[in-house]
Amino acid sequence: MSENNTLVRVENLVKHFPITRGVVFQKQVGAVKAVDGVSFEIKKGETLGLVGESGCGKTTTGRTILQLHKPTSGEVFFRDINLTEASDGKLRELRRDMQIIFQDPYASLNPRMTVGRIIAEPLDVHNIGTPAERKERVQELLRLVGLNPYFVNRYPHEFSGGQRQRIGVARALALEPEFIVCDEPISALDVSIQAQVVNLLGDLQEEMGLTYLFIAHDLSMVRHISNRIAVMYLGKIVELADRDVLFANTLHPYSIALLSAVPLHNPAAERERKRIILMGDVPSPANPPTGCRFHTRCPIAEKRCEVEDPEFREYEKDHWVACHFVEKAQQKM
Amino acid sequence: MEDREVILDIQNLRTTFSTQEGLVHAVNGISYKLHTGETLGIVGESGCGKSVSMLSVLRLLEIPPAKIMADAIYFKGDNLIDYPNNEMRKIRGSKIAMIFQDPMTSLNPVLTIGFQIKEPLKLHLGMDDKEAKARAAELLKLVGIPDSESRLDDYPHQFSGGMRQRAMIAIALACNPTLLIADEPTTALDVTIQAQLIELVKELQDDLGMALIWITHDLGVVAGLAERVIVMYAGYVVEDAPVDSLYEDPRHPYTFALLKSLPKLIDVPGEKLETIEGLPPDLVEMPKGCPFVPRCAFAKDKCRTENPALDEISLDHRIACWVDIKTGELR
Repeated sequence: MSENNTLVRVENLVKHFPITRGVVFQKQVGAVKAVDGVSFEIKKGETLGLVGESGCGKTTTGRTILQLHKPTSGEVFFRDINLTEASDGKLRELRRDMQIIFQDPYASLNPRMTVGRIIAEPLDVHNIGTPAERKERVQELLRLVGLNPYFVNRYPHEFSGGQRQRIGVARALALEPEFIVCDEPISALDVSIQAQVVNLLGDLQEEMGLTYLFIAHDLSMVRHISNRIAVMYLGKIVELADRDVLFANTLHPYSIALLSAVPLHNPAAERERKRIILMGDVPSPANPPTGCRFHTRCPIAEKRCEVEDPEFREYEKDHWVACHFVEKAQQKM
Repeated sequence: MEDREVILDIQNLRTTFSTQEGLVHAVNGISYKLHTGETLGIVGESGCGKSVSMLSVLRLLEIPPAKIMADAIYFKGDNLIDYPNNEMRKIRGSKIAMIFQDPMTSLNPVLTIGFQIKEPLKLHLGMDDKEAKARAAELLKLVGIPDSESRLDDYPHQFSGGMRQRAMIAIALACNPTLLIADEPTTALDVTIQAQLIELVKELQDDLGMALIWITHDLGVVAGLAERVIVMYAGYVVEDAPVDSLYEDPRHPYTFALLKSLPKLIDVPGEKLETIEGLPPDLVEMPKGCPFVPRCAFAKDKCRTENPALDEISLDHRIACWVDIKTGELR
């Protein structure tokens, strides 16, 4: 990975949310360790998929990269500029180039604003163009995401879920960003609509050379859209590899179990496959297990896993994993 | 399949809701049979009537605004349409049980888990508190909750999402139902928890021999679970087939397109997904003709004027379509 084609570099990013007690004299009694030391790079023009179960910290990671949450520690570099040290003014300027598409198209659009105003808002905030030019640009954006420009004066409630998500995409594109965090953009949509939005994101990437961090829990969609995939568990990345490598040569026991839990659209294959059922639930990030965080549910855990946190290492070229017993996982699972 | 007894026979079920915008045609005349011990998957997108059709069978909708009509709904030979409300109440939760979609909201937050499992036992089986408590602990253990006796005194908020859904299953199984209806029970849960629950329900079904209707929008879940699948669109059954034929040889254009819109296991990077353009129809102003016509790649003139009935095209395989998608011509 050469330096010059890296767009986003995340180093040991940590985000803890304090748990406080008391009303007047608040004191911190603990912390939800939502993100607890993740490092990765996103190359220009690629899509990095970030998968994991709810509460594993994937959304927090996305938002902390954009400095929508102030990180507890760690660094985020965007085009080699350290975002964690950037001033508010500098950050605002940089935000033109990094945008986000939110998960819930029903909650992320202001119901009292027309579609035209929603999409024009980033242009207003950053003082780009004259009012007439902005109007023009909004029409252009609507066309770009496959909506009728005639819709500018309508309100979000007049649109279906898929169309609302297109509005969210248009808003994210308004400032011609380089990098977009897609935070589960399709999970609130119906199957036949998901494909429409995924194709749109793919087309836009091709046309505009966008770089995506694609956050999702649906592995099959992530596989379709991503170049590389990172698997997260309880605030840490446990495996990171090229998408085909990750699916063909899965190393981490959690990734193996996660892949085996995804239902296939094929009855014959479903009957034959060996499914690894993990016991129990994901532990609370306020009180994560010692050592390897996965050891409480891991089918191959040993004593060492309870005490020693495995290092996130490059097991093969460009294939990173955090597990003490990769070989054992390969044989036993 | 024919050698098994038919336990549920729905004939021409229609459900409408009167709303300010007009009459919503949620279910538009669906008919199918379910056999003892069979697992039926019902798939479709939101608003296609899959949940409403089941709630109609159990009469769990508020009337009005809902209006439920059917030629007949036979459950073990008895026509449920003729049942007065108090008789229906005896069937719900005992012979036909239901697991709801959202385990966060379908349990009562101010009652203990134990109370909620004991309720059907006392109500339907006439157990006293002591018997019910012992049985409740047994049921919780059956659904895989460790330390079940002491967990009976817990409130729903002390359970995780997966455990709540297990508790829901325990309530549903309390009276040994003949038919269990699961309405998207895993949609709100993570995949690893979903896998646990599917495995659990499969095992319980094998042990207890009940019939199962599993409603979902996830074609993957159904593939591993169901023997037969019904695909619904805009309140109609558009395809009804054994699970293998449905996935290998879908014959309705909607099913065909839906399966194609899913990402393949082996696909080329950058390759596009096939999409179904447009949106499902407005259920207030149902189009004349086939409801899928505006989105259908195979549409013919006939489709725009006449709505096809569900028709058997090969053994156990029924579709509601005028066109043979293999040739692209009218059948």
